Amino acid sequence: MSIDLSQFFEVFFEESFEGLDAMEAELLNLVPGEEDLETINTIFRAAHSIKGGSGTFGFSSVADFTHVLETLLDQIREGSRDLTAEHVNLLLKSVDCLRALLRALQAEQQPDLTEADELRVKFEEILGMRAASKAPEQAPETVRESSFNTYQIDFKPHHHLFKTGNEPLYMISELAELGELETQAFQDDVPDITNLAPEDCFLSWRFFLTTDKEQSCIEEIFEWVEDDADITITLCGGLFGDEEDVAVETVAEEAAPAQEAEPAVVKAAIDPKKPAPVKAATANAESTSIRVGIDKVDSLINMVGELVITQAMLSQLGEQEITEATIASLQEGLAQLAHNTRDLQENVMRIRMLPISFVFSRFPRLVRDISQKLDKQVELKLLGEQTELDKTVMEKLSDPMVHLVRNSLDHGLETVDKRVAAGKNPVGTVTLNSFHQGGNIVIEIMDDGQGLNTTKIREKAIKNGLISETDDLSDNEINELIFLPGFSTADQVSDLSGRGVGMDVVRRNIEALSGSVEVASAPGVGSTFTIRLPLTLAILDGQLVRIAEHTYIIPLISIIESLQIDISKVSRVGKDLDVLRLRDEYIPILRLYNIFNHKGAIETLDKTLLVVVESDNQKVGLLVDDLLSQQQVVIKSLEANYQKVDGVSGATILGDGRVSLIVDISGLIKLSGLRKPGSQELIIESKANLEAS
Amino acid sequence: MIAQHDDLHHKLNLEQDQDVKQFLTFFMAEEEYGVDILTVQEIRSWEEITVIPNSPDFVKGVINLRGTIVPIIDLRLRFGISAIEYGPLTVVIVLKVKLENACKIMGIAVDAVSDVYSIAEHEAKAVPHLSDSDNAQFVAGLVNVGEKMVALLDLQKTMDI
Repeated sequence: MSIDLSQFFEVFFEESFEGLDAMEAELLNLVPGEEDLETINTIFRAAHSIKGGSGTFGFSSVADFTHVLETLLDQIREGSRDLTAEHVNLLLKSVDCLRALLRALQAEQQPDLTEADELRVKFEEILGMRAASKAPEQAPETVRESSFNTYQIDFKPHHHLFKTGNEPLYMISELAELGELETQAFQDDVPDITNLAPEDCFLSWRFFLTTDKEQSCIEEIFEWVEDDADITITLCGGLFGDEEDVAVETVAEEAAPAQEAEPAVVKAAIDPKKPAPVKAATANAESTSIRVGIDKVDSLINMVGELVITQAMLSQLGEQEITEATIASLQEGLAQLAHNTRDLQENVMRIRMLPISFVFSRFPRLVRDISQKLDKQVELKLLGEQTELDKTVMEKLSDPMVHLVRNSLDHGLETVDKRVAAGKNPVGTVTLNSFHQGGNIVIEIMDDGQGLNTTKIREKAIKNGLISETDDLSDNEINELIFLPGFSTADQVSDLSGRGVGMDVVRRNIEALSGSVEVASAPGVGSTFTIRLPLTLAILDGQLVRIAEHTYIIPLISIIESLQIDISKVSRVGKDLDVLRLRDEYIPILRLYNIFNHKGAIETLDKTLLVVVESDNQKVGLLVDDLLSQQQVVIKSLEANYQKVDGVSGATILGDGRVSLIVDISGLIKLSGLRKPGSQELIIESKANLEAS
Repeated sequence: MIAQHDDLHHKLNLEQDQDVKQFLTFFMAEEEYGVDILTVQEIRSWEEITVIPNSPDFVKGVINLRGTIVPIIDLRLRFGISAIEYGPLTVVIVLKVKLENACKIMGIAVDAVSDVYSIAEHEAKAVPHLSDSDNAQFVAGLVNVGEKMVALLDLQKTMDI
């Protein structure tokens, strides 16, 4: 019988990646000179688990590399070496390197070891020599007589030791690093071959260790197995001369029975050339799986329970003869069913919701690296990390956000000299904030830098032919220009931003998520980018409307009001555009039947209804024949099997099985030709002003 | 009975040949057309459809195919043949078409389905380029089945809208 270790690979990888994330986060908290012991311990423990795990699973490249890293951490932890900024940088780099190694192994590829080897050389330089041989070599010459102690260590593992993923050989070799080690293995407990369970550990050991290290160092080695073994460490006097030869022999012998006793584990561990088979399907598991809090699952189970009860009640009613009384309770039951279904739906959607800290967490590292490169001092503040967001939205949000943060660091924040000259705090601040507002999630990226340079943007826009010199634009309008294609404010193409991926891509990506991005900026004070996104892409509250015999859905969230048109307040602008004066505003009326080319709709204004909607801060009225019901609809893609349709954001299936199309307001405005090319302003506004005067 | 058996045997023999494919054929304006049967998902009767605004006239709209939105193309209009009233024989053949970078599910509305034939691909003859009719591009080849001629559709071209 042998264990197929490969079934644990995925768990190992997941845990290792988590460990690396933890290491990274803690490393970023480390300030050389004032390091917190607990932080270093956390990093050390993470590195140690990765080393142990990778050793067990036979990923020796990872184990070897982590080992040098761990040695350095150990010295820092003990205080025998001071932490420097160089160490932190090197450790961060090795976190990246380890991540790459593990990714490669996870994808069953041969990992590229060049970077690991380079880093290892650096580590070894810092450590002064090959770490493994350091302790024993140093020891004999210097302080042997004075502070050397010999410890007797009795190590009797419980039978299940291997199952917990621990490897005595590793512990023994770690002991050997501490000083001179003599080992005796006891095979008394090993049963005869018929009763021998190969996965159990039957051996026990007695070690005599002569070392200048403290007892705590020894205890540390056994830290991981103290619950799985009986360990006694006692200080004894001198060496026991005569037995020396015998004892050394047993070191060699001991390895052999140990191997026999644990064929599966050792074989996998010592044969790195032959990677154990990993199921191909698990390689991409990362992006397709989701971690869900147990509370969410519990509440789902409750709701399904309620649903089942309601269903049972309804089916019982269905079997009865239909009378007035049963109809009433039937209706009641249906109302309850609707209630349950909605609850269930909301909770199922919540499963897809993850806190935005998943995106935010990558920024401390990014900001650190970039600010070092740019030689700027930056403090990153994260607010509202627990705000929840749909997983799909989150994945697509990451790139635009990285771009915006890079921009803030590169163009927004000034260098230390400039900040001091301007009387500001030399340390710049970048704040990421996120909160819910209505059915949207709002993410703000704020910096207290120099703000957008409107003069420069204007010049650039004129040079690129985006606007003409005579255009009179407000500062806000100028700021908006940076979102136009073919615009980059960087004087020179720098390493960080301005790689041809401009703000227009950011805007396009966010608009593809049916969101919007805006910028507000004050010279010398800073700029704020605001991203607004729908909480989920899968469902929306819709108002069903009728145009001729067609049913369309208008997202409820964009509807401001619906009204009957007072014909006396309508004036005609230009050739064929009607404008309604509504309180103090002029609302252009879009005839949906015209835009969608449907025949048979009511064309006279006073017999139809106007749905006033808002998109991108512009209000327009949509002319419809009738308002139908409101309902939640599941958004289906039209593009999956067809193509993008202008003015339509998607489709859905109504209760009766028919397909209905969802109106895309901003696409509609574009389609109607109301918007001047290259401007957010509606043509109508200038005309309406004329009309009013 | 024996004849049927022979026929079946004949068909089986043909199927062992790698070159041979089965084609579902249908009628449109008296002509018979064929599509690879492996692309056919299902055959449905004509049903009410949701119109897509500003789409080409041959795109009749979309239907709900068990939760998936599937566009329906009127093949008559696609080929520039005059449209007819949809009748009880009008069917929608739902096809899975491999386009450049995606696999799309689309339906074609045709006058009536006909039969399934086993046709060796090498028997298909190229379409003669006699006219500059656009319709020739939709046909991958012509084959004779008994007395009849069947035009095999080039689905990639037909469905590329």
